[in-house]
Amino acid sequence: MSLTLKSAAPSRIDPRGPRFGAAITTVVLALVLLTGSPWLLAVQTLVFALGSIVGLSAQPYGVIYRRFVRPRLSPPRELEDAAPPRFAQFVGFLFAAAALVGFALGIGLLTTIAVAFALAAAFLNAAFDFCLGCEIYVLGQRFLSRN
Amino acid sequence: MTAGVVALVVALVASSAFGLWRRRTDGRFRSANPVEAERLSAAELGDELGSRATLVQFSSEFCAPCRATRLVLSDVASNTPGVRHVELAAEYHHELIRRFDVRRTPTLLVLDAGGVVRHRAAGATDRQQVLAALATVTR
Repeated sequence: MSLTLKSAAPSRIDPRGPRFGAAITTVVLALVLLTGSPWLLAVQTLVFALGSIVGLSAQPYGVIYRRFVRPRLSPPRELEDAAPPRFAQFVGFLFAAAALVGFALGIGLLTTIAVAFALAAAFLNAAFDFCLGCEIYVLGQRFLSRN
Repeated sequence: MTAGVVALVVALVASSAFGLWRRRTDGRFRSANPVEAERLSAAELGDELGSRATLVQFSSEFCAPCRATRLVLSDVASNTPGVRHVELAAEYHHELIRRFDVRRTPTLLVLDAGGVVRHRAAGATDRQQVLAALATVTR
């Protein structure tokens, strides 16, 4: 009987997990915009941080998906790489952190705009399976390799 | 919190519009301007050209739509005589990326027998669209 070591950084994952997480994120961020709650924003920022810095296995919405949703579904047709969703979590973290900074400095506009962008990205992912990494990667490459 | 309500509505409407637009335009081939007639040689491509057409795919790592597109294009190529599928990693072809203004992956170019770019598309495509684009090139 072999022991499987589950790291917080799986290489291939069920693609429905991140989309489920993106749907929850969309709802949470919508609530942040509607209620203006900095606590809810802080929670979502932490969620993003866990998912990007620690790894997808630590992403709370992913945990919910794996424990409560996935067992009710048929197995995924195919797996996807964990890197793009993890990158998307990092982008979300940057926006959410900027929003928190806006709150700390009393710049309400920064908070609102940053949350709105994070929400748009999460919504695009949840509703349209939008691949943020695919969009940014090449442009990033071109920018970095310019001479 | 009216600023929040406005921001929420704008964010949802704008991203929905964008998402729907992308859904329509993803993988759709546009004809290249014949006046500009860009050509890719086998040397530049790093691979042979197809005797009737070449399907060039720019991909990046960890790109799920690239994977799906690869399956479609290689399937079409293996079932269509004279058509080759060449996949290029964006990170190793900076010059081509710039020359063809590739901004996202996958980006596809359909070359004719002489290596001239006849159509291009961005985003994951399907069999039907590829075959339609090829039909105009492999007459």
